[in-house]
Amino acid sequence: MISLKRRLFSILVVATGLIWLAATGWIYVGTTREVENVLDSRLQEAARMVLSLAASNGVSSFQKDADSGHVAESLNYEHQLNCQIWSLDGRLVARSSGAPSESLSDSRTGFSERTINGETWRVFTAEDPTKNVRVLVGDRLGLREGFVTDIMKGLVAPMFLTIPLLALLIWASLNRGFRPLQILAKDLKRRNADDMTPVAAGNIPIEIQPMVSSLNNLFGRVRDALRHERDITAFAAHELRTPLAGLRTQAQIAMTTPDESARNAALRQMVFSVDRTSRLVRQLLTIARLDSGREAAMKSVHVGVVVQEVLDTLSPSDRGVDVTIDPVLRNTFVTTNREALVLAVRNLHENAVRHMPQGGTIRWSSQVTDGGVTVFVEDTGPGIPEDELKLVAERFFRGRNKSPLGSGLGLSIVTLALKTGGARLSLRNRIDTSGLRAEMIWDIRPRQDSTNAHDGSIPAYRRRAKSGLLPA
Amino acid sequence: MRILVVEDDVVLADGLKVGLGLYGATLDVVASCADGQAALAVDPFDAVVLDVMLPDGSGLDLLASLRAKGDRIPVLLLTALDEVSDRIKGLDVGADDYLGKPFDLAELAARVRAISRRQEGRASSCMSYNGVTLDLARLTATIDGTTISLSRREFAILSALMDRPGVVLSKNNLEARLYGWQEEIESNTVEVHVHKLRTKIGRAKIETLRGIGYRMRPIAS
Repeated sequence: MISLKRRLFSILVVATGLIWLAATGWIYVGTTREVENVLDSRLQEAARMVLSLAASNGVSSFQKDADSGHVAESLNYEHQLNCQIWSLDGRLVARSSGAPSESLSDSRTGFSERTINGETWRVFTAEDPTKNVRVLVGDRLGLREGFVTDIMKGLVAPMFLTIPLLALLIWASLNRGFRPLQILAKDLKRRNADDMTPVAAGNIPIEIQPMVSSLNNLFGRVRDALRHERDITAFAAHELRTPLAGLRTQAQIAMTTPDESARNAALRQMVFSVDRTSRLVRQLLTIARLDSGREAAMKSVHVGVVVQEVLDTLSPSDRGVDVTIDPVLRNTFVTTNREALVLAVRNLHENAVRHMPQGGTIRWSSQVTDGGVTVFVEDTGPGIPEDELKLVAERFFRGRNKSPLGSGLGLSIVTLALKTGGARLSLRNRIDTSGLRAEMIWDIRPRQDSTNAHDGSIPAYRRRAKSGLLPA
Repeated sequence: MRILVVEDDVVLADGLKVGLGLYGATLDVVASCADGQAALAVDPFDAVVLDVMLPDGSGLDLLASLRAKGDRIPVLLLTALDEVSDRIKGLDVGADDYLGKPFDLAELAARVRAISRRQEGRASSCMSYNGVTLDLARLTATIDGTTISLSRREFAILSALMDRPGVVLSKNNLEARLYGWQEEIESNTVEVHVHKLRTKIGRAKIETLRGIGYRMRPIAS
């Protein structure tokens, strides 16, 4: 695994080193050139000065022993310049103490270089033909290089000393800069798998703010998904275990009670409980079948006939529930899977009947618009509390207005069956009276053709929703 | 012993009412948190059997609001969620015991007895006072070494009196402890039961304070 900090550190140190190296090279080149210029002009000036002296005093005044005063060479900055004075006919008139006896240059005037006894000399030659004198002033190139090297040494030594210091500084600032990241990482590492609380966004630098906020977003979504999953599991456990607990309790009562009538009552409760549990099992199997998502055969189905058939198979209501089928339903056809439609109609009807223990009216009807076909059933029961409308189709959810026989699966089955049959379920409370209106909606896709585009762009069920709340 | 059951499933609620009745308790059943709260505010119950998932909310919320009001009534949670974490949560909210569905009726009865006697500060299921010994688990009474048989009502009256011997219980108080909401009470029911009790355990054991109520006769007198 790469460490961002280590990588940044090496990049910074190497980059700093390279920049310093380049700067040193530049300074070296620049200094060398400048030193050359300065020393060259010194040679020139010295040569001119000596020439003017020699010319004014005459060559003879410089007459000296050519071999005397030869001192030990030193690479100090003293005795850098050496001078030879020649007559134009090639006789060495005079020379300074460090200068060789051989001529320093062959050229007649200007700058030149020459190697004598292994030492390279830089020489400026000036002559005055009228006074018969030629002056050569030179210095050793070795000395010049030494001079530049000394300058460079003075520069580079502190540089190398400061590099570790700089590296230390970089490391410390990186540590400091990375601290929010390290805190974040530690916080994430410390929490256990179930901890979905958002990361505190207080001290987070803006660079990683997007990451943290999308992380928190993800935490939120996972938390919601988990909660949903847990709710479903809890509902399922409750709906499956409660009947079993009732069954067991009643069985124990039947076994222990000395009272004959109490025993019979308990046995009746057991039969009811077994019936209820078998209904639950049947519903679970239906859901499993619908969940498997097999392609269902679709064909045109006469809804009125299906509703009538379903009502005929159900036991006639003995609680004074009045059922009407609107004549318009007799002319309504939808393209769907017949078996799925039967399932949805039966569950919706049973639902309506079960929630009207005191009797009431159930009305099956339909509406056909260019947007689609809506088949709906209205009851005069208590309806569904608004806050539960979204939840009732969840598996095992049973709201406040529940019936004793229910399992919380009916509307899930309707939803699944309608999905198989190419429709969707919409539930709302009636506004004209107390009761629920359950709609099965087959949407027709908006027409693609451009002449009708405006009309088709409004979903049909919306348009209908504005005017369709009251019964037709 | 009077117990409130908060359970919304009709079969189970009926089973609890009849079943716990077999173990000598008087039961009242409600099906929602709101009804449970209302019942607890009005009547003196000895214990509550509380379902967690109720149609109008969680039994845990009802429990939490009870405890927040300082109500120390013993509560047994009855629920389909019996994962360890659920049990811990239930107990931490303030439940005295926890039983997962499905359960054994005898065990439930024993646990309810246990939590209510701990509430009264007793560790054993037997109470003894002035030669009378009651075994709450077996519903038997022993007078000076002889076991006698008592009806359910007689047993309930005797155990209420022996719960805090010396404390006077009024007729209304005894009625409230003995009878559920749907039960018809004759005006002289308590007197009749006390009379029968006295013939079984001896006249001197129970003292009548005219116009006030009944109590176990103190040992010294």
